[in-house]
Amino acid sequence: MAVTTTLSYSEAAVLAIQREMEADARVVVLGEDVGRGGIFGQYKGLQQAFGAERVIDTPISEAAIMGAGVGMALAGLRPVVEMRVVDFALCGMDELVNQAAKNRFMFGGQGRVPLVARMPGGIWDASAAQHSQSLEAWFAHLPGVVVVSPSTPQDNYGLLRAALACGDPVVYIEHKTLWGLRGEVDEDIAVPLGKARRMREGNALTLVSWSRQMQACAAACDALAAEGIAVDLIDLRTLWPWDRETVLASCARTGRLLVAHEAVQAAGFGAEIAASAAEATGCRVARLGAPRIPVGYAPVLEAQSRVGAEAIAAAARKLLG
Amino acid sequence: MDPSNSGTALYRAMVRIRAFENAAEAASQGGVSAYGQQAAGAAKVRGPLHLSTGQEAVPAGVCAHLRTSDYLTSTHRGHGHTLAKGADLARMMCELFGKATGFNGGKGGSMHIADFSVGMLGANGVVAAGLPIAVGAAHAQKLLGKNGDITVCFFGDGAINRGPFLEALNWARVYGLPVLFVCEDNRWSATTASGPMTAGEGASARAASMDIAATQVDGNDVFAVHETAARLVAEVRGGAGPRLLHALTYRVKGHVSVDLAAYRDPAELAAALETDPIARARGHLLDMGVAAATLDAIENAARDEVDTALAVADAAPWPEPGAAFTDVQTTGAGQWL
Ligand SMILES: Cc1ncc(C[n+]2csc(CCOP(=O)(O)OP(=O)(O)O)c2C)c(N)n1
Repeated sequence: MAVTTTLSYSEAAVLAIQREMEADARVVVLGEDVGRGGIFGQYKGLQQAFGAERVIDTPISEAAIMGAGVGMALAGLRPVVEMRVVDFALCGMDELVNQAAKNRFMFGGQGRVPLVARMPGGIWDASAAQHSQSLEAWFAHLPGVVVVSPSTPQDNYGLLRAALACGDPVVYIEHKTLWGLRGEVDEDIAVPLGKARRMREGNALTLVSWSRQMQACAAACDALAAEGIAVDLIDLRTLWPWDRETVLASCARTGRLLVAHEAVQAAGFGAEIAASAAEATGCRVARLGAPRIPVGYAPVLEAQSRVGAEAIAAAARKLLG
Repeated sequence: MDPSNSGTALYRAMVRIRAFENAAEAASQGGVSAYGQQAAGAAKVRGPLHLSTGQEAVPAGVCAHLRTSDYLTSTHRGHGHTLAKGADLARMMCELFGKATGFNGGKGGSMHIADFSVGMLGANGVVAAGLPIAVGAAHAQKLLGKNGDITVCFFGDGAINRGPFLEALNWARVYGLPVLFVCEDNRWSATTASGPMTAGEGASARAASMDIAATQVDGNDVFAVHETAARLVAEVRGGAGPRLLHALTYRVKGHVSVDLAAYRDPAELAAALETDPIARARGHLLDMGVAAATLDAIENAARDEVDTALAVADAAPWPEPGAAFTDVQTTGAGQWL
């Protein structure tokens, strides 16, 4: 029986963890402020339901949170590790990059590190340079981890469950400004890792994005549709492994690819998709990301880092021209 | 201490570590060194090789009290810890040679030596990185109700100046975890003396500041280490929370096998050699009435075991090149591009 409810992006995450914790006693949550529900409400009620031993409030010790997650995973638990924001995950970077990601390989398959590291990303209004970064390309560059970035409540529910079930270390990047976004969540819909979703169909060009940037892309598609330009819009959902099949099939059909992301354009993940598509299909490619500047505080400065619908539509027109 | 039983067992543990590392060092001569020097010939053990010569009493004395179900995390200088925890010596040599039959299938080598089957969760190429992993393993033991099992975490005196040391000790105390921290204080951090780089009194003092009972011990006296560790392990097993053992020892060799430690005062080394833990234990056991022949036999057996291991490692096959693509991850496996 399908249970469909309207939930926020954060409530969808709570539900996903709740279901996994009910199903598997090895699932534990650890991080700062998780007992009170997490700073975005993404753990709300879980400590009350499952106790302080399974939803563990920790000291402000990002290296230890991530490292303890690795040790817990090696010892048989399935930890959800909360990093608060991706910016602070950098304090646990050795534990993620050198320990979690490589453990299985380095020790010849003796150990597995099934942990999910949640690290909200993206521009968080007026939060400036240390609370607004989009670092997903760093993690996608890292052999051993899965990288997920959901754009809707349904996907946040489904992908978080899939992440907890997958057995590899997962970098799970929710957008800091999507927490309140509401939408239908059907508990019975499974969202597999590594599968993109086509949001709109069209033959003029392929537009690929993820996370909150999907909203700007949707608005750009509306503007382009009004001009008779039908866009094939793809939400990547998982950055690693990314859905080459869906993206490349679309590029082969449209002959043009635009990747638009919130992260800095230089050395971003858009370059990876664009190069892959050009190599595989010979299509024309373009990327659109933020300039290579830290995110500023004043609205006018912050706006310089935003990749809005107009810029996306303009890049699409240029690609078509 | 029963000299004919536990005493000789400790002696054997130390002698095996020494024999293993002497052989590994010899097998590392020639080839490309970790610090880039090029020498003629192809070394069989390649890359950085961090030897624990002179420090054998610490893992021998501590690990004598551990069970297979206890966990252990280690450092870049981890051969002794791994052997003392019960890992197979020949498979360890195979791993140092990079062979398919090594513990890690040739993917790890000396710096990542590990044997999960005996609870040894890995050496680590990053200083202090084993500490948070150890508290996580201990936390899991507690949550999974594995009462009586503990985690032991070895680290150097240099590691106490990295943040993860402080984070891990605080964590262990806050949650009352069954973890024994063991600082192997060998007075050096690579080519820099640790003392001048460390504010305050070091590992014990830092533990005490976090309300973790710490005990200093002469880390070159295997019987003292054994006795002190017996008490601390029993306390940790009994649920008393974390403890720290601060073992004072000395790094006889350079930081890595190619490092001749020319930066060190020769007098310091000479003085340290006077307190070599194996020679001391031998003298002590002889005083206690153990026959020299018994100790000789232990040494000969260790050398034979190592010789066999060298031959096994030599003859063992290399990993298939395709193994470089396995055990990376399951999700998206095959998407290497
Ligand atoms: C985070 C980090 N910084 C630096 C190094 C390089 N390094 C390897 S071992 C070492 C010295 C460590 O000293 P200590 O912890 O006392 O251990 P010891 O080598 O004396 O056993 C250093 C600086 C490293 N591996 N990791």
